[in-house]
Amino acid sequence: MARPEPADWSRRLFDLLVEAGVTLFAYVPDAGNRALIDLAEAGNDTRAVLLASEQEGIALAAGADLAGARAVVCMQSSGVGNCPNMLSLVSGGRFPLLAIVTMRGDYGEMNPWQYPMGRAVGPVLEAMGVLSFRVDEPGDLEAAARAAVDAAWRGGQGTALVLSQRFLGAKPF
Amino acid sequence: MTGAELDRREVLGALFPDPARYLMVAGLAGSARDAAALTGEADYLFAFGGAMGGAVPMGLGMALAAPDRPVAVITGDGELLMNAGALASVASAMPENLSIVCIDNGRHGETGGQLGHTARRTDLAKLAEGAGLPSAMTAADGAGLAAAADFLQNAPGPRLVCVRVRPGPPADYRRSWDPAECRLRFRRAFRETAGG
Repeated sequence: MARPEPADWSRRLFDLLVEAGVTLFAYVPDAGNRALIDLAEAGNDTRAVLLASEQEGIALAAGADLAGARAVVCMQSSGVGNCPNMLSLVSGGRFPLLAIVTMRGDYGEMNPWQYPMGRAVGPVLEAMGVLSFRVDEPGDLEAAARAAVDAAWRGGQGTALVLSQRFLGAKPF
Repeated sequence: MTGAELDRREVLGALFPDPARYLMVAGLAGSARDAAALTGEADYLFAFGGAMGGAVPMGLGMALAAPDRPVAVITGDGELLMNAGALASVASAMPENLSIVCIDNGRHGETGGQLGHTARRTDLAKLAEGAGLPSAMTAADGAGLAAAADFLQNAPGPRLVCVRVRPGPPADYRRSWDPAECRLRFRRAFRETAGG
């Protein structure tokens, strides 16, 4: 499997999100979301918003929704572990949510610290009522991203686009 | 918290003579009841009932989404400290239309009045200043409250006012506990007033 170039897939994902009306990209930095955030910083109609903790992004996206805008929340898989209680807002308030989760602690991981949360991403999201759309193969990206966008802003669901390490490549040490 | 003389139930009325100017977010517990009493639980108020720590970042998202509307976050010291890093996020994003009012009773009033950090050594205005907010002040008496009302109008945003109050009950107001209902009515009201 040829691994997709970050600059290429990030551009395709960014364009798709902009087309869907996303203007705010809240994020905690991760190697996996770097190119996407650079595009959001550079975009004329988009804004990247640096967070101290991922859970802020859940509330920020809800605030944007109340004021008629669309925000995505970009985080590493470890950041999902900072979010569960804040996700009460999403399932209780029926707020749309699109989290873009770049995985660590799965396929090819070498850092033992990443495995516990890597394993827990799916169960945590499921427990809090967030639908996962996982991307393993490069050809899956657009369809999964569209499904997540539609589930969030047409279906009113909390969703996560989960980009696996098979898709992203494992971090070399 | 020694010397705090203000009754929390009189704070918001003094700070917000015209609350309908704002889009408002209230943190859970006493702040939500005080804000609901201030506004008659207006459509333009979203009041938390859980998800502690969410009020400031929700206000940030609202302020960035609607830069031409003033946004006010009303919350307590415990709620604010649960996500104190959000003050840094606010400072980096610099939404000039965002005001944060913290009703600081130095206690976790909802759970039995246990002392919090601000009853010990933590100063929230200094914390906000250190996080990088351009304007932060503390009000602890009637004169301070009058100065704070002026500060909310005129100090460069984003701004934070910490109002030290004596221990005591929040407004006796029965607010909605359904966040989905609050979301829908807020969005409807926002749409109707957008651009106006």
